Parts: sequence; C-alpha cells; structure tokens
Amino acid sequence: MAAKHGFLERTTSSFVDALEHAFYAEQIARVDGLLQRLDPRVKLLGILGLVVPAAAARSFAVIAGLLAVAVVLAALSRVSFGVLLKRVWSAVLLFTGVIALPAPFVTPGRVVYHLPVLEWSVTAQGLASAGYLVLRVETAATLCVLLVLTTPWNHVLKALRVFHVPAVLVTILGMTYRYLFLVLQSAHDMFESRRSRMIGEMTGRERRRVAASSAGVLMSKTFDLSNEVYLAMQSRGYRGDVSTLDEFQVRSFDLAMLGAFAAVSISALWLGL
Amino acid sequence: MSASNPNGPGQAPVYELSDVTYRYREVTALDHLNLTVGAGRRVVLLGANGSGKSTLLRILDGLCFPDEGTVLFCGKPLTEASVQNDGFGLDFRRRVGLVFQNPDVQLFSPTVFDEVAFGPLQLRWQADEVRKKITEALEMMEISHLKNRSPHHLSMGEKKRVALASVLILDPEILLLDEPTAALDPKSVSHMIDFLVRARGGGKTVVTTTHDLDIIQDIADDCFVFHEGRITAAGPPAQVLSDVPLLKTTGLIHSHLHVHKSGEVHAHSHLHRHEH
Repeated sequence: MAAKHGFLERTTSSFVDALEHAFYAEQIARVDGLLQRLDPRVKLLGILGLVVPAAAARSFAVIAGLLAVAVVLAALSRVSFGVLLKRVWSAVLLFTGVIALPAPFVTPGRVVYHLPVLEWSVTAQGLASAGYLVLRVETAATLCVLLVLTTPWNHVLKALRVFHVPAVLVTILGMTYRYLFLVLQSAHDMFESRRSRMIGEMTGRERRRVAASSAGVLMSKTFDLSNEVYLAMQSRGYRGDVSTLDEFQVRSFDLAMLGAFAAVSISALWLGL
Repeated sequence: MSASNPNGPGQAPVYELSDVTYRYREVTALDHLNLTVGAGRRVVLLGANGSGKSTLLRILDGLCFPDEGTVLFCGKPLTEASVQNDGFGLDFRRRVGLVFQNPDVQLFSPTVFDEVAFGPLQLRWQADEVRKKITEALEMMEISHLKNRSPHHLSMGEKKRVALASVLILDPEILLLDEPTAALDPKSVSHMIDFLVRARGGGKTVVTTTHDLDIIQDIADDCFVFHEGRITAAGPPAQVLSDVPLLKTTGLIHSHLHVHKSGEVHAHSHLHRHEH
C-alpha cells in the first residue's frame, strides 16, 4: 500500500479508495440477501415508504423502531454492522451532530444542566430537538444506504422510471456513472505516472500547479471523449430521443414485501403523528 | 490515385467516393480520395497511424462529411441532410454498423445488457424483439455471462466483443471495423480473426482498418494502402504484402534489431511473425 504522506500519494490513494468503495458496493449488491432479491422498483417504493415516516414522525419510539427495522433489513441482506457503523452512523453523527450541537443551549425550556465553566444552560427541549434530528437523519440515511448498497446503481436509476423520471435523465445519470470510473482511472494513471518520475516532496506552489494542469488535461480528455461518445451514439441510431429497457419482474414475493413495507409505513405514520 | 473494386454484373457498389477531401483545421486527413467498395466484399484499409483510415470510416458511417467531393451510399448521396432525414437515416443506421477502435467510447451504458439494447431501442424495435435479439447477440459473441456486468469491469478483449455485439444485434449489411485487433491479447485476437473469417460466407460487406499485416490475408479480399490521406496502392492481400518497398514507404514495416535462435543479432524488415 502506498504511503499517504505526499500530495500525489494522497490524491492517488483517494482515487483508489473511490474505486474500491464502488467495487465493494457492487459486491454487496450481488450477495444473496433479502433486499437483493427484491425487484428494484418495489425496493425503491418500500424504502421511500419508510423514509417518509422517519422524517415526519413526532415520536422518538417510532423513529427508533424504524431504525430497528432498518437494522433488521441490513442483517437479512447480509450488510455488516461494521459497514453501517463506519459509512453511515459515525459519519452522520459527525455531520448532523455539528448542526444539532447548538440546539440544547439555544432552545428555550426546562433547564436540566449547567455547563460548569461557560455557565451555559442545557434544556430538556433542546436535547430532545437534537436527539430527534440525529435519530431521524441516522434512520433515513441507513435506509437510503441499504437501498444503494443492495441494488446495482443502474437498477436504482431504472427504478426511478416508476416515478416518471424522464428516460433521458435516467440515461444521462447512467452514462455519468459509467464514465466516472473511466475518468477516475485516467486521473489515477496520470498521478501514478507523475509519482513514478518524482523524487522528494513538492512545494505548495508545485502542488497547485500539478493540480491545475492535471484538471486541465483531464477536462480536455473528457471533452474529446464526450465528442467521441456522441458519435458512437449517433452511429447506432441516436437522434435525440432515448428509450430504456429493463428486465424487472414483480413476483408474489415482491408483492408480499411491498405489503409489509406499506404496513410498517402506515403503522409508523399512525403511531408517530 | 483512384482505387476501385469492380462489382459483379448488375450489383450496385455499396460506397462510391469521388475526390473526397477532409481536413481537421490545417491538417488534411483525406486528400482527393477515390474509392469504390462493392457489395459483399471484405475490404482492408492498411496504413500507419494518422494516415486517414479512421476518418474515412467515420465518413462511411455518416458521422462526418467531406469538405470536398461526394460520397454515394448504394447510389444515393450520403450527406448530413440525408442522414438526418428520418426515412433514409434510420434505414442507413440499420444497414451500417461501426465498431470504434476504443471500446470505451462505444460502451457508454451502465451494463452490457443496456449497451447491446441501445441500438435496437433507438431504431424503435419492440421490447420483446429487443430482449430476444440481445440473448442471440450475446450468445453469438460468447459473452452471455457478462450480461449484467459494468463495462469498467471488463478486459479489453471482452469490451471489444461487447462493442461488436452491440453493433451485430442490428444485423447490419455493412460492417465497419476500426482497428479490431488493436491492444488485444493473442487469445482475443484469435477470437476476432475467427469472427472476421466467418464473415466471409455471411454476405456482409466488411471494411476493416488495420496496420496488423499478420491478419489481412485471412480477413480481406481487397486491400487499399493509405499514406498521408491518399490511397497509394490497391490489390489482393498477397500482391500488397509482396511489395516490400511500398510497405516500408508507408510505414507498415520497418527494420529493427532482433536475436535469432543461433544467437546472431541483425536487422531486417518484418512482414509477419516467424520462427527460425
């Protein structure tokens, strides 16, 4: 593994990380688990059906219950808790925690604690607001990550067609995803090749120059590539309109799961509002 | 120089190019080119990098149009306006397929299935027909197992086969192949040659650009040698390959040092792989 102390090393390493993340997600999507077996359209509707009450419920217990459902779904889909802890729960806690941090101090209400040195008051209402925010975001993020991890990205995009998202948008997003890897690989190769001819550390000015010139070269390559891709599309009959085709098939198992998602969603809304 | 290939009696040529010139700003890629391609012929365009072969293929596929001169496709003018015309354009796209040199350009869809489905969907085929043809095309190229894979997970040989399947699904009468064996490992080259050799009896017109002299006797009925945007020689593969001065002038062969089994080191021109 490359040392990560230099600018080029860090940049190259982040490209590799991005590729590894995508590869890992695709591996999970191929595992034989509960969510993986579901029709992507049913899964998208079902997960969305759970995210809505997680965002709308006013009951702490209901939101916690939805998080528990998400954890059970993860276990049945063979998504490890380690992955959720690292990629979702700790990341969300960090970012949402920063947003929620002032709430216990600025929300008026019953004071439950005084900070010793700063003499700031912590209110029960403020703690509850912060707790609700963090729990809601944790639950919704867990559900969304489960959707993305257990479904190949192109299936997620195609499933969006059930919401009448235009085919051209689905195609553009699919192509973006496809070429992201090519550009990433190209950038990785550029930095690797520069690294192989470098001795010692670069100064700040050199780093900025390398970053700017690499961005320029990559931009130029991407522009050429987009022209070529357009010609390749024209060559196979593209005339401005696009159509998509899927192999999705709703079976009785999918209908049963859709019913289960609907039951949980309606119950959560009933109990939480 | 004019290079032509006469057709059989009563058979119209697929392409007739007269005095075609194409420029990329200051650079002349094709220089007053004349060429006729007969129906059902397997034609190889030989030339070093930058000799204008790929530009010619794009013109034959109606992707770019000459600055000067005319191109006729089955007797009808091939122009920007005619390709944009719904009737002629759709028919032309169904009858002519181009496989690009760089498969990453051609594989723009998220999966192999989507890629192979793209052409038929654009030509407004019915969904059930498209599904059936996808299965057939993948089986023909022996890549059924790659159906749900993303292009960035494929080897270069697999990408080329997917690119070919994505064109062959339309069953084009005219197949244009840009450097089909470039950057392939020996096994993938052998797969590609097998395919091109099988095309002999299929009635398709196949135009292949290459600078790989090893393969042309297997895949060509006629050869055209390109140099600086012009055709400098034409004829059957054996005749072109025997003209060593021509091949040297056009950069298709060169002399370089190499070691023989006896340990002797010397330089001479190479036409093809050999053992001695």
